[in-house]
Amino acid sequence: MAKIPQAEAGQFLRVNPIACVARGMCAELLPEQVKLDEWGYPILKGDPLPPQLVAHARRAIAECPTLALRSDPTPRG
Amino acid sequence: MWFAARSSGMVAILLMTATILLGILGPLRVGSASWPRFALAGLHRNISLLTLALLLVHVVTVAADDYVPITFADAVIPFGSRYQPFWLGLGAVSFDILLALIITSLLRPRINLRLWKGIHWLAYLSWPIALAHGIGAGTDAYSPIGLVTAAVSIVSVLVAVPIRIARRDRPPIDSAPPKPAPATKPVAAARPAPEPVRLPGEFSTRTR
Repeated sequence: MAKIPQAEAGQFLRVNPIACVARGMCAELLPEQVKLDEWGYPILKGDPLPPQLVAHARRAIAECPTLALRSDPTPRG
Repeated sequence: MWFAARSSGMVAILLMTATILLGILGPLRVGSASWPRFALAGLHRNISLLTLALLLVHVVTVAADDYVPITFADAVIPFGSRYQPFWLGLGAVSFDILLALIITSLLRPRINLRLWKGIHWLAYLSWPIALAHGIGAGTDAYSPIGLVTAAVSIVSVLVAVPIRIARRDRPPIDSAPPKPAPATKPVAAARPAPEPVRLPGEFSTRTR
């Protein structure tokens, strides 16, 4: 079984815009970091994950129907 | 014991039906402020685990009861039973599929998503097999309560599954009307626009 890296504090959320199907699960589970645009696609806040949100972020990553949400040590851009 | 064996089977098929209905709600993007989608997804997951628990009760009580010569092996190995091998075999097949569904779903973030999805479609195979097992092997399949259980399950799934098939899982943007073209601005500056400075805490639309 592949060991998948878990989201950690200080990491950055990334979304794979091709895999995303705009189910909106991430914005429900992690509204502090994810907004939805007018079509339901996520807009991420560019901040590093604060420690108190790590558990929520892990759940949002696991619940994404297409597993399009990821946590990455490097910021976007 | 024999009462527990039969009732747990009936409750299990009802819970299985409820699981299917809740699972269908996900791709249909059903959700509201009071019933957010993640809550419906969690309910789908928890009721499926409850189904598993009821099935374990069903298997243990049937195997432990002396009324019929059924063993624990008959729960997972299909068509080898001394008692009604065909109908019990259907139950075993359905149970094996359900175990595969639950195990792969609990490991979903760690396995290939396409593999998970392919296995998950087998839910629509597991349910009718389980129902046939109940009607064929159930000693009170034709009692009033058995008929009601079967009828409720069949009707609800026959209504819901065609809806799921008719409405593909498509993001709402695919059915949205096209936006009016934005007013074109004259190209004024030949030099490239400066990079926008994003303040911390500000949302950005850039994804890379």
